[in-house]
Amino acid sequence: MTKSIEVSNSIEVRDLTLNFGATSVLKNMNLNVAEGEFIVLLGPSGCGKSTLLNCLAGLLDITDGQIWIKGQNVTWAEPSDRGIGMVFQSYALYPQMTVRGNMSFGLKNAKVPAAEIVKRVARAAEILQIEPLLDRKPAALSGGQRQRVAIGRALVRDVDVFLFDEPLSNLDAKLRSELRVEIKRLHNRLKNTMVYVTHDQIEALTLADRIAVMRGGIIQQLAAPQEIYNRPSNLFVAGFIGSPSMNFFHGATTEGGMVFESGGNKLSLDGYDGGAVGAREEAILGLRPEHLEIVDAAIPGKTLPATVEIDEPMGADSLVWLRVGDVPVSVRVPVEDRPEHGREVHLKVEISKASVFDSGSEQRI
Amino acid sequence: MGDATAAMSGPSGAKPRRRLSGRNIMVYGILIVMCMYYILPLWVMVMTSLKGMPEIRLGNIFAPPVEITFQPWVKAWSEACTGLNCDGLSRGFWNSVQILIPSVFLSIAVASVNGYALVNWRFKGSDLFFTILIFGSFIPYQVMLYPIVILLREMGLYGGLWGLVLVHTVFGMPILTLLFRNYFSSIPEELFKAARVDGAGFWGIYFRIMMPMSLPIFVVAMILQVTGIWNDFLFGVVFTKPDVYPMTVQLNNIVNSVQGVKEYNVNMAATMLTGLVPLVIYFISGKLFVRGIAAGAVKG
Repeated sequence: MTKSIEVSNSIEVRDLTLNFGATSVLKNMNLNVAEGEFIVLLGPSGCGKSTLLNCLAGLLDITDGQIWIKGQNVTWAEPSDRGIGMVFQSYALYPQMTVRGNMSFGLKNAKVPAAEIVKRVARAAEILQIEPLLDRKPAALSGGQRQRVAIGRALVRDVDVFLFDEPLSNLDAKLRSELRVEIKRLHNRLKNTMVYVTHDQIEALTLADRIAVMRGGIIQQLAAPQEIYNRPSNLFVAGFIGSPSMNFFHGATTEGGMVFESGGNKLSLDGYDGGAVGAREEAILGLRPEHLEIVDAAIPGKTLPATVEIDEPMGADSLVWLRVGDVPVSVRVPVEDRPEHGREVHLKVEISKASVFDSGSEQRI
Repeated sequence: MGDATAAMSGPSGAKPRRRLSGRNIMVYGILIVMCMYYILPLWVMVMTSLKGMPEIRLGNIFAPPVEITFQPWVKAWSEACTGLNCDGLSRGFWNSVQILIPSVFLSIAVASVNGYALVNWRFKGSDLFFTILIFGSFIPYQVMLYPIVILLREMGLYGGLWGLVLVHTVFGMPILTLLFRNYFSSIPEELFKAARVDGAGFWGIYFRIMMPMSLPIFVVAMILQVTGIWNDFLFGVVFTKPDVYPMTVQLNNIVNSVQGVKEYNVNMAATMLTGLVPLVIYFISGKLFVRGIAAGAVKG
């Protein structure tokens, strides 16, 4: 790790390790975030995503490694000296101060001249449309307004890097989608680097330039949302991303890796977009619900026989649950094409969108 | 009558309640008896303190005074003798005030910073430190009396007001630290993090964020300390000299003087004068007290 800092990298995490006593929370992590990039850290609870964010903010002392922000080594710097602004899940507004007081607290600590504080608060309030609220206390604000103020508090700091720690998790569904759009708009307008922690894959897929899917203190895959969705690098990412999650079939690849065999059914792997599959005694085929189609007649090598069990209409489309052998499979169909229960059908597989995983390493082939 | 009116003819609206049900008589009866039980001693004290000695000798302790006199109160405050001093409780009152104010201020200042540091600025061994502190509160006072006398003597503080202030500060620390620690740990950690990102330091966060949010617990601590220190007798009698005896010690000396006639009216007045300060504090801040205790109790 001796390469020189490229100016285009806003954040560089080098060989970051964090241990709490004997427990290893982050393991030898490397992450480069480009200038103006929107990175989402996504993962289940306890995967270390918030911990990583706290390390970036300087709120946790790391065990080993380096953190660079804007070409500065900030590994040992105080949170306030790192050029970051942070937004928390619980808003973390100071209850005894007005909105104006909340937004100017950090600037006063930094000894910014009063006139400049007034200017910056006014600008942030204008961007976030919270001007009428400036003299209210946080208790007199709704959840959405509070989170706007919290974003404003980061905004006035005039920093290059914003850190969001599950900022929308405390809001109801409607507000969440509204603020999600607003954050995206904010990013388009300010072009700051943003690191955003969430466990909500919709937020991740909609907001991110790149998503880092984490588990057990390790980044499993770091890629653009579509890439992660279409070509998950391993079984965990495949199962974690997508709702409902990917359908998995356990089986083997035969005939030199040209055919996937599972429970007596054969599927041709002709057109698979991964590497050469090769013959494997154990492999897993992953298929998303929208990459399966219910058809009446079997097509050799392209369909699986299935029985319709139940369906869940969800407005525009319907999720149909079927059984292939004893494997439950979900398929997304337009709501008017729902098949009746108990019917014997065939599932046409779009093999070019499928993923094949090695059973042992759980890596995508 | 149609069906509609028939349907409305049954019971509707709020259920009527009888004022004088058997249950109510029981509840109010018990409450009244309990009130009497607690108020009677106070009644006897107030009545006795307003009587002259001849009337007291008649022995009707529950009877209100025939002739009201405030002489016992005046005597208790400014004339009663203890040893050679004949300036009543007033001397002890001012001694107690002089002990009280720095003790309360110092003990709360130290304990609140302790609690804050233990919650938000955890250091190596902070758990051990806390355990030792709590353990300290379980050691009986009597065991430590003599060692402390020696310590104070070596420090040159024995017998004076400041020696007693120091003792009160130290002995108040365990329970107050526990109180503050529990309260501060109920304040969301993210607030503390936000303040650090905003560039506030140890004292900045303490004074500008934590303290303004913790008024109830400061009131609780103040009440605990004011009443505790005001009512203290043991430390007062052991660590101070007659010139600087606190009010409680002086009260004891007045009430227990063996010479002359027992002046019950003066004793009663003196006792009430001594108890007045904690009483006033409770009345003023009772509501805040309950709120603070409840808030601190939720999280351990």
